[in-house]
Amino acid sequence: MKTPLLQFTSKGIYCKEADVYLDPWKPVDKAIISHGHADHSRWGHKKYITHHKNIPIVQHRIGEVHISGKDWGETFTVNNVKFSFHPAGHIVGSSQIRVEHKGEVWVFTGDYKIEDDGVTTPFELVKCNTFITECTFGLPAFQWRPQQEVFDDINQWWAQNRSEGKTSVLFGYSLGKAQRLIKHLDTSIGKIYTHGAVENMTDVLRPLIDLPPTHLITRETKKAELLGNIVVAPPSAHGSTWIKKMVPYVTATASGWMAFRGARRRRAIDKGFVLSDHCDWKGLLETVEATGAEKVICTHGYIDIFSKYLMELGYDARTEATQYEGELSEINTSEKEKSEAE
Amino acid sequence: MKQFAQLIKTLDGTNKTNVKVQALSQYFKEASDQDKVWTIAILSHRRPPRPVNTTLLRTWAAELSKIPTWLFEESCHIVGDLAETIALVVPSTEQGTDKSLTFFLQEMLALKQKPETEKKKYLFQHWSVLDYYERFVFNKLITGSFRIGVSQKLMTRALSKATGIEEDILAYKLMGNWNPNRITFHHLVLEEKESDYLSKPYPFFLAYAVEDDVSELGNVNQWSAEHKWDGIRCQVILRNDELFVWSRGEELVTDKYPEFEAFVGVVPNGTVLDGELLPYPKGEIGTFKDLQTRIGRKNISRSLLEKIPVKLKVYDLLEWKGKDVRDKSYLERRDILEAFYKNTMKSNKGAIPLLLSERMQFNSWDNVAQERGLSREKHSEGLMLKRNDSTYQVGRKKGDWWKWKVDPLTIDAVLTYAMRGHGRRSNLFTDYTFALWDENEQGEKELVTFAKAYSGLTDKEFRQVDAWIKKNTLERFGPVRSVTPHHVFEIAFEGIAPSKRHKSGVATRFPRILRWRKDKKIEEANSLDDLKSLII
Repeated sequence: MKTPLLQFTSKGIYCKEADVYLDPWKPVDKAIISHGHADHSRWGHKKYITHHKNIPIVQHRIGEVHISGKDWGETFTVNNVKFSFHPAGHIVGSSQIRVEHKGEVWVFTGDYKIEDDGVTTPFELVKCNTFITECTFGLPAFQWRPQQEVFDDINQWWAQNRSEGKTSVLFGYSLGKAQRLIKHLDTSIGKIYTHGAVENMTDVLRPLIDLPPTHLITRETKKAELLGNIVVAPPSAHGSTWIKKMVPYVTATASGWMAFRGARRRRAIDKGFVLSDHCDWKGLLETVEATGAEKVICTHGYIDIFSKYLMELGYDARTEATQYEGELSEINTSEKEKSEAE
Repeated sequence: MKQFAQLIKTLDGTNKTNVKVQALSQYFKEASDQDKVWTIAILSHRRPPRPVNTTLLRTWAAELSKIPTWLFEESCHIVGDLAETIALVVPSTEQGTDKSLTFFLQEMLALKQKPETEKKKYLFQHWSVLDYYERFVFNKLITGSFRIGVSQKLMTRALSKATGIEEDILAYKLMGNWNPNRITFHHLVLEEKESDYLSKPYPFFLAYAVEDDVSELGNVNQWSAEHKWDGIRCQVILRNDELFVWSRGEELVTDKYPEFEAFVGVVPNGTVLDGELLPYPKGEIGTFKDLQTRIGRKNISRSLLEKIPVKLKVYDLLEWKGKDVRDKSYLERRDILEAFYKNTMKSNKGAIPLLLSERMQFNSWDNVAQERGLSREKHSEGLMLKRNDSTYQVGRKKGDWWKWKVDPLTIDAVLTYAMRGHGRRSNLFTDYTFALWDENEQGEKELVTFAKAYSGLTDKEFRQVDAWIKKNTLERFGPVRSVTPHHVFEIAFEGIAPSKRHKSGVATRFPRILRWRKDKKIEEANSLDDLKSLII
């Protein structure tokens, strides 16, 4: 049997022909990186190749590394294997990675969404023979509404809180979700304040995207000036002493997981807005179909369920174990909590 | 329905009690009278009978969503709530409805009698047009479990705020048997009528557990102690030669315990007793397990009545000679109760199944503790401490009554299986199965399952265990996963008895997780023999 173009190894997704890894989770010599989230771009590789918009993110997160950037669709060859990056629509600089060798095409999605969020370069469909897809929300219970409706709800919630003299605290992952929120908040209602983690990441991304002004909350920030305004913070800030400065406040989280009442209730958050940087059930199915792929490999999310359903639809589908996490970090266990359980 | 769905949406959109009370009382001011009655009924667990069984609901929801049933089932396990899953999965135009809550409930009551084809038509018709919260509420009304983070107490508080009627009085009015389809809001809540009160119990006075050192309760002379019996808390009412037995869950259970018919004509009319219903197999006090053979049976056979007869161990008197005596002190009420008990027993020679829970007085807290130490021998769960001058209050209140239970039995066990939880624990593995060491016929050590538990860890610990389980799954059996034996937990339980139904040969009562023993390796967990040695 011939070696498949991409293999799943203990270090990551490996292309033997080119001797490179895609989003490896263990240190390797050469890594092609889909996007800047921690589970995809890790520390310790000798050489990083990624889309140039992702470079400042990687450098901000893991420091100075040997890194080179490419444009969308720019083909580069490693040992006769052709690679190119194509927009994944997940966060700024996020790409699908196309791999071609002897006429066979594989696409690795990393994380992706098909809705244009107005911040990231919109998803581009890439035809392929084998499609390696995430399925974080690969369950029929996940069906997103158009983002405009969700942002209308968020802005209305903010305005309502303001009229009741309360500060709105909105949680979202500092890289990606936070900037998407900031971009679409209605600044005619009030000012946008930020947690340090969000502000730092937003500063990194400002040269790449057009965002309204934000105000970092510091030791000097007065309680009274926050009143009625909105604060964008990472989920980990919930329940910390930092948040006490916002009293009286109302909390909300924007995440795909908020589709489930239980997920919100166990986090003791007031309001949940269903807003994700991943595809919903229909989005995944439509994309799989549109790629024209005969083979589908599911890497993270509800992989067993999604692949089983794809098989019923007639695809040659299977699962592979990886260490990618999708959107879990927005509501579930933090890395610290996880390591404590090991 | 729109209004009610909006209410549920608001309640769902806040984690703060005050906001919930505010939203509910606003609703009670604005909704129509009949919708109010139904809302009270739903929030006090008086749900209408289920018009469609859940198997049909699942099948039809999958059909309308055009997904295979296994996929619907998987979604259901992950979402953790059937009504919510249906609301999420079925396609809808989201246009909403103008029909009232009452109208829906009346339709559902009628639907129960209709043929399956009509039921299906009814569901499809509504699933396809209702908006998300309406759909969720609609499904909740059909599945009948309306637990949405609003307790009956909170609802009563809001109703009190809206009507200006005191909470205690409202709690009393809302107790007992009333049919939301036949009662008006005026009749239920606003009107004062003596005749309604024939069967009505009083709200139970409940105790909190002793938190600190018991001696901090003050001078021991001001306190009495009773054993805390392990049966069913009941109120027995005699009025107009009629008997009513109410359980703590506000369920009328008169028919289930025909033994108490003997009270009629013996216990004077206008008497309400508060006590514990206990089993007496072979004339001796039994265990809660004995009682379980009586709970849930509608038709009680003669042989079962002979095998497991029940008695009332009475500890308090709430009404005497037709007068509410809850405002008298505990000692005064006990005086009347004890005199009544003595007289009745003398004249009847013990023919009625009534016993007196002994009131004890001690001269030091050490002596109280000593008595508590005898609890397991006496088949009690520990002690109740009651302040001598305390009135009989409404609901769970701190200060005058305390329960001081014996420390639970504990054992260190290994986590072997896990299942996803429900409600706020949906999509999180929180329901665990635990095993102990045993030797098989070949003399090899193996783990034998002995109990399931799903409470006792903090949310943070649950998240940690959940993350670990997701990474260390061995096999999947539908919603259940077997995991690598690795973690040891200390399991607490209230009682233990031999059992033929369990593979381990023992049944534990109310097992729960006491703590996560990260310091222990699985080899250090207890054995099944260790567990069996705890059986008295």
